Amino acid sequence: MTAKATGRKPSQPLAFLVPAMAIMLVFFFVPSVYNLVYAFTDWSSFKSSINYVGLRNFSNVLQNGVLLGDLKVNLIYAVAVAIFQNLFGLGLALLLEADTRINRFARTMIFIPVLMSALAVGYIFQALLKPAGSVNAILSFFSGQDVSYAWLNDTSWTLLWLTLIHSWKWMGLAMLIYLAGLKTISAEVLEAARIDGVNRWQTFRHVKFPFLAPAVTFNVATALLGSMNSFDIAQATTGGGPGQTTEILNIFIYRTFGQGLFAQATTMSLVLVIVISLMAFPTIIFLRRRERVL
Amino acid sequence: MSTTETTARRSRLSVIQPVVALLLVAVVVGIPLWLVVVTSAKSQGDALNPSLGLPTDGWHLAQNYSRAFTEGRVIQASLGSASIVVPAAVLVLLFGSMAAWVLARRSSLWLSIVYAVAISGIVIPPAVITLVLLLRQLGLAGTLPGMVLVYVGIYLSTAIFFITGFIRTIPHELEEAARVDGAGPVRIFFTIILPLLRPVLATATILICLYIWNDVFFAFFVIGGRMDTLPLNLFQVASAGVYLNNCNLIFAYVVLMSIPLLVVFAVAQRRIIAGITGGAVK
Repeated sequence: MTAKATGRKPSQPLAFLVPAMAIMLVFFFVPSVYNLVYAFTDWSSFKSSINYVGLRNFSNVLQNGVLLGDLKVNLIYAVAVAIFQNLFGLGLALLLEADTRINRFARTMIFIPVLMSALAVGYIFQALLKPAGSVNAILSFFSGQDVSYAWLNDTSWTLLWLTLIHSWKWMGLAMLIYLAGLKTISAEVLEAARIDGVNRWQTFRHVKFPFLAPAVTFNVATALLGSMNSFDIAQATTGGGPGQTTEILNIFIYRTFGQGLFAQATTMSLVLVIVISLMAFPTIIFLRRRERVL
Repeated sequence: MSTTETTARRSRLSVIQPVVALLLVAVVVGIPLWLVVVTSAKSQGDALNPSLGLPTDGWHLAQNYSRAFTEGRVIQASLGSASIVVPAAVLVLLFGSMAAWVLARRSSLWLSIVYAVAISGIVIPPAVITLVLLLRQLGLAGTLPGMVLVYVGIYLSTAIFFITGFIRTIPHELEEAARVDGAGPVRIFFTIILPLLRPVLATATILICLYIWNDVFFAFFVIGGRMDTLPLNLFQVASAGVYLNNCNLIFAYVVLMSIPLLVVFAVAQRRIIAGITGGAVK
């Protein structure tokens, strides 16, 4: 408002908003509006005309159980990834906190999966977790029994193994963010805690952890949102199976698109977008609160 | 707890910690990476059930890599990936910074609504099927500009969110001084603001390049079958059945496609780590 008071134009012209907003409008918001419209039609690759069908698509996905099943799969996937990715990242950061040569080497190694394509990571674990694969071979060696567990073909647990793979791929990034967070704690504070004879757990809980709040926010948010957009790992390992128990949103979209069921795919993504937005709303408030702290 | 006891525990820990760290790395990262490398040297029959052992059917390193190189069209794919990542990252950072400058410095009800809309893309996944429909209507389906603009649209939200937060921590005085000296907004932006944004731009560049370079989902829908990118070719050959049970070729391709990023990381490791963390935790 200083600009008005001094009678000059503000130094940041609104025109600077135009390129970003124009691209987002055309390539992000218009498709979202289309999505809203086509969810109420019978658009498919089987016929040329597109007709309004009301809520039929919604009742279809609700009735055949796909909607609730996929919704459950997506929520479990997102929450489990957020938990594991942060636990792994924080654990690694605490383990490798000191700036020794060995720790720097270990951090570099752990960051390599972050650089790799998620699809490649998926193929690696697909090979490792075969019934006759290396993980079972190692387990057999140490247990002395023949282990031939089908990791990627278990209707109750495969989803969990996938979230562990996803977290494995991204834990290096979470670790770096936590390491940076730990660096913001001043040496004096830690020294004071040491002199007071505070044990390691108490030091972590009451001295270090509060300083890690921004890192936790960043990591939880990126993990939640990254997992909601995940495709590669599930596609490469299970393709959504067994029995659609690992069919996350993008796998569903890929499958229905391949079958030419465009309207069904848009309906499903519309429902999931709404659910995700509802989930992410508290996250955004959380993020914005952090901004105010900055 | 007595002080001597604490010191004893600390020194014992300093012996155990390096062992734990190395063992953990060997098991958690070493085994999967070793599997990739050793399998990429095996014959097809040998790689049918990939084990961690050395090849039993002779070494087929050169053969596998040259097949993966030609069948996966590595050269075309690398060029394709690079020709998408570079313009997309430049546009996201440039347009994102411009918008963030306005959104961080000016305040009005309208602009706070614009800001909320601009960052909503962080949480709302793109509607990919109708996006393809729109691209067809615009004549951009299957084209390089179409793919670049799609990525720009997807990642602008993230960029604007990070950069706006960062600009709010920079004091106004420099811009003010330049403005008093008669510098126009374009000059102020390029000579003063943009250089100050270096830490956050580094974070955003690395994350956005990682996401786009490794993306296969959007690439499949927008340019699948029309253009080559490294992950897209990995996906196509692996799911086409050509590589079915051909773990040796898949992993040779994985090694080939991972090399560029690993080299970049090895060369600029310090700056990349500083870059990622510089703009993320403040």
